[in-house]
Amino acid sequence: MSQDILSGLAVIVNEVAGVPVEDVTSEKSFVDDLDIDSLSMVEVVMAAEDKWGVKIPDSEVKNLKTVGDAVTFIAANS
Amino acid sequence: MTAAIRTQHGVEFARIMSIGVHRPERVVTNAEICTFIDSSDEWIQERSGITERRFAAKDESVVDMASSAAHKAIEAAGIAATDIGMVLVATVTHPYQTPSASTEVAARIGAVNAAAFDISAACAGFCFGVSLANDMVRSGSSTYVLVIGVEKLTDWIDPRDRGTAFLFADGAGAVVIGPSEVPAIGPTIWGADGGQKDAINMSQSLIEYRDNGGPIFPVITMQGQQVFRWAVGEMAKAAQRALDAAGVDAGDLDAFIPHQANNRITDAMVRALKLPAHVPVARDIVTSGNTSAASVPLAMERMLRTGEAKSGGTALLIGFGAGLVFASQVVTLP
Ligand SMILES: CC(C)(COP(=O)(O)OP(=O)(O)OC[C@H]1O[C@@H](n2cnc3c(N)ncnc32)[C@H](O)[C@@H]1OP(=O)(O)O)[C@@H](O)C(=O)NCCC(=O)NCCS
Repeated sequence: MSQDILSGLAVIVNEVAGVPVEDVTSEKSFVDDLDIDSLSMVEVVMAAEDKWGVKIPDSEVKNLKTVGDAVTFIAANS
Repeated sequence: MTAAIRTQHGVEFARIMSIGVHRPERVVTNAEICTFIDSSDEWIQERSGITERRFAAKDESVVDMASSAAHKAIEAAGIAATDIGMVLVATVTHPYQTPSASTEVAARIGAVNAAAFDISAACAGFCFGVSLANDMVRSGSSTYVLVIGVEKLTDWIDPRDRGTAFLFADGAGAVVIGPSEVPAIGPTIWGADGGQKDAINMSQSLIEYRDNGGPIFPVITMQGQQVFRWAVGEMAKAAQRALDAAGVDAGDLDAFIPHQANNRITDAMVRALKLPAHVPVARDIVTSGNTSAASVPLAMERMLRTGEAKSGGTALLIGFGAGLVFASQVVTLP
């Protein structure tokens, strides 16, 4: 399950920001490692909401620092 | 017995016949903006695509800019100002409650036979106007309609607000819409969501300011991320519906001219629409900033002038903004 979410997220991050899929691993920070700024993050969140049918409120987005944080949140809420 | 009422008939189709714009002279760089807000040229370019914008002079009014653009559009259409039956001015920055900017513009340009009113639909105002004008020509209530998008946003923003000061600017664009032999304006897809009225609004009303004062005069405030989320999520869908309604494929477009809100919103719409790389996309925001109701005609004029798009080409337009409101249609370029 988590592995599927991780690979799905990698595809989304690639589409939104052009980051190579293989660079999107659990421990990476969206902002510091993948260069995803606040607006790209909004796009990633929206695509994830669509794909997994979750609601990721703005207040929660700030807590999703790493790719792993996002995977965990999606797994727990979808 | 109820009297028989005769009605009027117009023509089958309408088209955009011509375009004219007014770009204020004063160029304001990101470096100058950064003397008012804590920001950087790099941040502004990354987040919005803007490198510079134009600010109107202190004594250069909404009516001045609108009249200048209108004058050029009428001349390019090859008609007389007295042929105009309606003047529509889309603006949210005319500083008088009444009368409307449009009546003053009509008088200035000599459109003495025209009726006139303003449209309050923020950054979607121009596309609302195109839709109304199309309906007026086709129903026969006017033969030629002048549609103007104009804003002097710098009068209504706080130059020290980091969320808006680098984004908004001034300008005007006008088109003449008249009869056509062939279909040249597709169905308009439009809507409003007042449930999100706080996403972009005024900090307070003028009455509140009069009665209570306040730290600053009423200015436009914006929840940037909320607007971004809505625009990216919903506007590509609206644009797709406009394409479907017109029976045009994205690949058949000669230009995509979205409201110049923010290049990042444009990028996301291009991705969501799966717009093929050969379709030119308007990027007037880079040197004009976000000019609200004026942005679509300003962007259209630049594409035609630089040869990025050609007269007779097919363009997808979409405007969206405070309300929240939006309107989108496919048109043949003048
Ligand atoms: C305005 C907009 C560019 C702001 O971007 P944003 O990512 O939402 O900005 P935020 O307020 O979340 O701030 C993100 C970071 O940038 C910083 N920042 C905000 N404004 C800044 C500015 N003008 N200059 C430099 N940095 C700025 C913040 O301090 C924050 O930094 P941090 O992460 O280190 O704390 C963006 O929201 C936007 O364009 N939205 C759409 C607006 C639009 O198109 N409106 C027109 C509709 S008609």
